Amino acid sequence: MSKTFRSPHGDFPALRGLDVRAASGEFVCLLGPSGCGKTTTLNIIAGLEQADSGTVWMDGQPVGGPGPDRVLIFQEPALFPWLNVRDNVAFGLAAQGVPRRERQRAADVQLEMVHLQEFAAASVHQLSGGMKQRVALARALALNPQVLLMDEPFAALDAQTREALHLELQSLWSATGKTIVFVTHNVREALVLGDRVVLLSARPGHVKSEFRCDLPRPRPMESHTLVDMAQAILTDLRSEVQAAQEEARHEQHPL
Amino acid sequence: MSSTRSRLLFFAGLIVLWEILVRLHLWPAYVFPSPLAVARSLFDGILSGMIPLAVLTSLRRVTLAYAGSLLIGIPLGLLLGRSRMLQDTLGTLVLGLQALPSICWLPLALLWFGLSEAAIAFVVVMGAVLSITLSTADGVRNTPPLYLRAARTMGARGWRLYSGVILPSALPAILSGMKLGWSFAWRSLMAAELLYVSLGLGQVLTLGRELNDMARVLAVMLVIVTIGLLTDYAVFRPAERRVRQRWGLQGNT
Repeated sequence: MSKTFRSPHGDFPALRGLDVRAASGEFVCLLGPSGCGKTTTLNIIAGLEQADSGTVWMDGQPVGGPGPDRVLIFQEPALFPWLNVRDNVAFGLAAQGVPRRERQRAADVQLEMVHLQEFAAASVHQLSGGMKQRVALARALALNPQVLLMDEPFAALDAQTREALHLELQSLWSATGKTIVFVTHNVREALVLGDRVVLLSARPGHVKSEFRCDLPRPRPMESHTLVDMAQAILTDLRSEVQAAQEEARHEQHPL
Repeated sequence: MSSTRSRLLFFAGLIVLWEILVRLHLWPAYVFPSPLAVARSLFDGILSGMIPLAVLTSLRRVTLAYAGSLLIGIPLGLLLGRSRMLQDTLGTLVLGLQALPSICWLPLALLWFGLSEAAIAFVVVMGAVLSITLSTADGVRNTPPLYLRAARTMGARGWRLYSGVILPSALPAILSGMKLGWSFAWRSLMAAELLYVSLGLGQVLTLGRELNDMARVLAVMLVIVTIGLLTDYAVFRPAERRVRQRWGLQGNT
């Protein structure tokens, strides 16, 4: 896939020849320096943006616009403040035309999965950041998507909440068998969660290298093997961060 | 101190100050009547049925015209907020017309509709509809892009996206437009009634001037202000409070 953003100030190639595959039920982490096109990649898979060239394939079918088989979760929970928690979770089903009673029942089931059933009637603003993100997760899962696309969903949370959500996401993943594409710039997070970590290059983004991670789950963040692997990836990543900074300097002082 | 108590004290103080000024005899009573004279005039006006009739007439006019303004203003604002082209063309016209005090439409309305209820309704609608349209369009335009992306990734499109996300997200802005629109409607009605229309509070006000009855003029002004305040307290504040609670903003004001 390739993607170039065009603006009056010039063209910004975001992706060039990116090729990522995920097996069904696989947990893939996309890792890369900021501005490497991770978010763009997810947006294109979700169908919210179009690639200039290349196609997103799913089970041998090219993917068109956005669809409930691939739901994107954002860094901010993006819950709707005018709906209570249950109706937020039921929103996607409402958009699919599921009758009210049925979708509320489905929403309650999902809320139970993320252990928030007693907050079904609460307003969104009464929840903490971590709880909101769990509601966002339940809202996505309510649609029973094949693929869950997650764009740094835990980046804005504190370390403890993030760790709790890592555990929760892993148990949800093994319970549901969803394919997950998870974007992060945090090496350890990628290793804790992913079956496979795909390292993207600096802009324009393409796959630089891949790492398998077969450690038994749940994986503690402090495990030695994990820290060693993170070290190896960090060395790789650092050269990309430098490249990204060079690029930024170059943009500030164009020749 | 509770806000009701401070409010009561403030207005009691104001009346006392008024009475003191009257007793200083700085101006003759027909220019500056005492609070008691105004209260008596108000009382007489209510008892004789003149003020209740005027209030009912004015309220009926403003309610009808305001309902019409909402029916025109909100859909128009929804359209303006979503279409760049409409915003550039019609939006500019709406913005320009807002510079025109609505009472300036009265001569045109009289020529079009004659001396009729329609003429006054037209003036009131022209006073209220623009601010409702502009606020609604603003609300729609300021829908957080994140909400739209979230809704689209869940498969919401077209009408569902509009009614499920854009409209509710614009609700606080629409509400403040409605509130503004109401006060414009009320003022426009008073201006129009002053200038010609029979019955209504504005008419009673003009009558007071013609009879040189300053107490009555002040009494009617008091009624006009009170009705404005009451609608604000009874209708718009509760609605705004509910929205603020829902949105989790109630601590801010």
